[in-house]
Amino acid sequence: MFFPEVIEMSVPRFWRRIHSLYRLEGNKCSKCKTLYFPERNRCIKCNSNEMEPFFYSGYGKVVSYSWVYTPPKGFKSSIPYCLSIIELDEGPRLTTQIVAVDQDEVSIDMPVEFAFRKISSEGEEGVITYGFKFRPKGYPNHKKKKK
Amino acid sequence: MSHSKEVGIVGYGVYIPRFRIKVEEIARIWGQPGEVVSKALGVEEKSIPDMDEDTITISVEAARNALKMAEILPDDIEAVYVGSESHPYAVKPTATIVSEAIGAAPITTAADLEFACKAGTAGVQMCMGLVKSKSINAGLAIGADCSQGRPGDALEYTASAGACALVIGNHNLIASIDHTESFTTDTPDFWRREGATYPSHGGRFTGEPAYFKHVTRAAENIMYNTNTTPDDYEYVVFHEPNSKFPLATAKKLGFSKEKVMPSLAVKWIGNTYSASSMIGLAATLDVAKAGDKILMISYGSGSGSDAFTITVREGIAERRKNIPTVQDYIDNKQYLDYSFYTKHRGKIKM
Amino acid sequence: MEKIAIVGVGNTKIGEWYENSLRGLTDIAITKALESANIEPKEIESSFIGSMSPGIFNQQEHISALIGPHSGVGAPALRVESACASGSQAMRVAMMAINAGYYDTALVVGVEKMTDLIDIGDVTTALGTASDGEWELGVGATFPALFALMMRAHMHKYGSTLEEFASVAVKNHDNGSLNPDAQFRKKVSMETVMNSRIIADPIRLFDCSPVSDGAAAIILTKESLAKKYTDDPVYITGTGAGTDHIALHQRPDITTMESAKRAVKTAFDMAKIKIKDVDFIEVHDCFTIAEVITLEDVGFCKKGQGGKFSLDGETALNSTISVNPSGGLKAKGHPVGATGIYQVIEVFHQLRNEAGKRQVKKNDIGVTHNIGGSGATCVVNVFSRGD
Repeated sequence: MFFPEVIEMSVPRFWRRIHSLYRLEGNKCSKCKTLYFPERNRCIKCNSNEMEPFFYSGYGKVVSYSWVYTPPKGFKSSIPYCLSIIELDEGPRLTTQIVAVDQDEVSIDMPVEFAFRKISSEGEEGVITYGFKFRPKGYPNHKKKKK
Repeated sequence: MSHSKEVGIVGYGVYIPRFRIKVEEIARIWGQPGEVVSKALGVEEKSIPDMDEDTITISVEAARNALKMAEILPDDIEAVYVGSESHPYAVKPTATIVSEAIGAAPITTAADLEFACKAGTAGVQMCMGLVKSKSINAGLAIGADCSQGRPGDALEYTASAGACALVIGNHNLIASIDHTESFTTDTPDFWRREGATYPSHGGRFTGEPAYFKHVTRAAENIMYNTNTTPDDYEYVVFHEPNSKFPLATAKKLGFSKEKVMPSLAVKWIGNTYSASSMIGLAATLDVAKAGDKILMISYGSGSGSDAFTITVREGIAERRKNIPTVQDYIDNKQYLDYSFYTKHRGKIKM
Repeated sequence: MEKIAIVGVGNTKIGEWYENSLRGLTDIAITKALESANIEPKEIESSFIGSMSPGIFNQQEHISALIGPHSGVGAPALRVESACASGSQAMRVAMMAINAGYYDTALVVGVEKMTDLIDIGDVTTALGTASDGEWELGVGATFPALFALMMRAHMHKYGSTLEEFASVAVKNHDNGSLNPDAQFRKKVSMETVMNSRIIADPIRLFDCSPVSDGAAAIILTKESLAKKYTDDPVYITGTGAGTDHIALHQRPDITTMESAKRAVKTAFDMAKIKIKDVDFIEVHDCFTIAEVITLEDVGFCKKGQGGKFSLDGETALNSTISVNPSGGLKAKGHPVGATGIYQVIEVFHQLRNEAGKRQVKKNDIGVTHNIGGSGATCVVNVFSRGD
């Protein structure tokens, strides 16, 4: 059918983001030290062209979340899945899914860490998009810690 | 084959998905007596991957853990081998995705391996060869599977999901691999034709002519060639399709039960196929102390066994703290019933 | 700068019009608008179309060339797009063209024909292209999910309740029941809203505007020519727009829309009005949380109080401030690219005392507020009658 192939992640669209998706690689302005995720060609704060790679630690906290029952096409998740905005420890925010949790185990400000999961695929014969999702910090021992 | 003490394990890491199904629950569906089946296998429950997990994702998670323990820079990894019988792509290697994900790319050699349950240990031997020949300083060997069991078949009780990664290198070792050799024959005990959904197997033929013959002969050969006996080893690890086979083999070879028990993760996670003996090794290393000697024999249908003699080094206790243990992953679990299990394993025709 | 006048309007009812094609819908709206302004097709000097995704919904781009000529309007045409704010953006561009002296008259059409996509997953994905395709839609974010993130953050920060949000849907359905062009004309109860099925927790089905087909058209001209076409023109006295980062996670506070605040300021300054001067407003309630946040951003109540303001009945028809007398996107319907023009048409009728049972009594100054995406675009316009 015409439509799904237009929307699902095409090979080049996925491939050029591999370093961001797999390793949380962004960049940093060498002049004013502003951090970006994903990377930018130039700093939009001080206008400098001098940027250097920056790898985020993978730790962050939950800004907000929602349990979603209606996914976009091609998404490999349980229904419902937990969509969230995470604020990385280093500052930048990103939109992602939270995994390895039950519905009553997510809260705002909860500490989280990077997890490597399948994000989507182009049907049964297409390329699989892998990348970051987030899970409770300290997994699998996150429940053993006392608050 | 090799004899030097200059190659070994710099770090190890595992990953086991959190979902479980009890053997009794599977038995219930097929009208079998659950307790009897569970006891016969020595397996309580097995692990199931989440909807967005597969052999590639669990390989990356295990690799990240192994690198953390190894305290090694990703650039120093110059070989990546992933052994599995459930690679998500028939063509396009798991190993390149793992290489990118851990930062070993692009200056690395990479390939996928298949040898039923021993593809991971074949990767260990390949890394050892590259390290000993001074072609690389460190390599990564992974055994990982999200294995499929045919509904209603005996192997459905145990086919599970898990990954183990070993960083093989020449310094900063937490354990040396002193000697390795293999025993390989053409024995068709368990196979899957290209395109077939589920594997087939030879029933009881998978016992004596297959598993027991290869594991036992490999063990006997390596002990003969290293002039050692069971008494020289604190621990022994065998491939774990269930608890019964490794316990029986230990007994037959003259190893006491205590030496093999720490390795038997299979009771709680099932048969993780290519990861099986490697997770058994990891579970053993989680409790071993400096100076302990470990004998490890993997087994892959088709058939073959890779044997290793391993000596634990100083510093392992400190480095172990960097990452979760096998027991940590075993303890973190959530049960599914058979209906959710079939959904997770894609057994429902959509 | 001369004020711009609206001298004629026309629209289809909003609903699921399987039997009408995209050009079929616009033909109905354009015909009615031309009649309403008593203007010949050849007198239309320019044409501006607002539509979000005809390429995805109907496999049709280049609709600037499709729509006008199909209805006998051969003027130079341009399609304008800013997701769900496409309609009001098209009107803004038309205003700029007339004010710059290029044209004396303009036809502005908003249209979206969404029901050609019969799979709700496809519709969700199509609408999702108004978010960041790589870093929001591409990682599993749908629009209900993004607004749910805002709603949960609002509830956490300000203590707003599910009841408060439900009151927005109830009020909009009350108004929609009085609007013959609305997609849904039945009232709903608080229980129905609060017990409806979860779409993206905490957003439920009745917090969401529907999937709709509709086309709406208006005729614009300069103030000095307005009386040629109608005795009661409606004037656009102020207009403003704001653009913010497309991704919700790039905005520091996800319980407010900076683009709306900027658009309101520009439009109100131009119209020389203050918030207390506004008699009624059509806001972009794509989800109930959007209306709550908008009440705060526009300035009808304090930050965080939008839900309470609504639950207390302050936004009902002919109360403190009539919000969405048409029924809003929730009850009237939301053919995305057309919504901005439907809002303008509602204000037009309200200012000319043509709104029947849903007439706002004190109706001197009306405002429209139209959002694109999760608040990355906002267009606000102020309207009044000539004096």
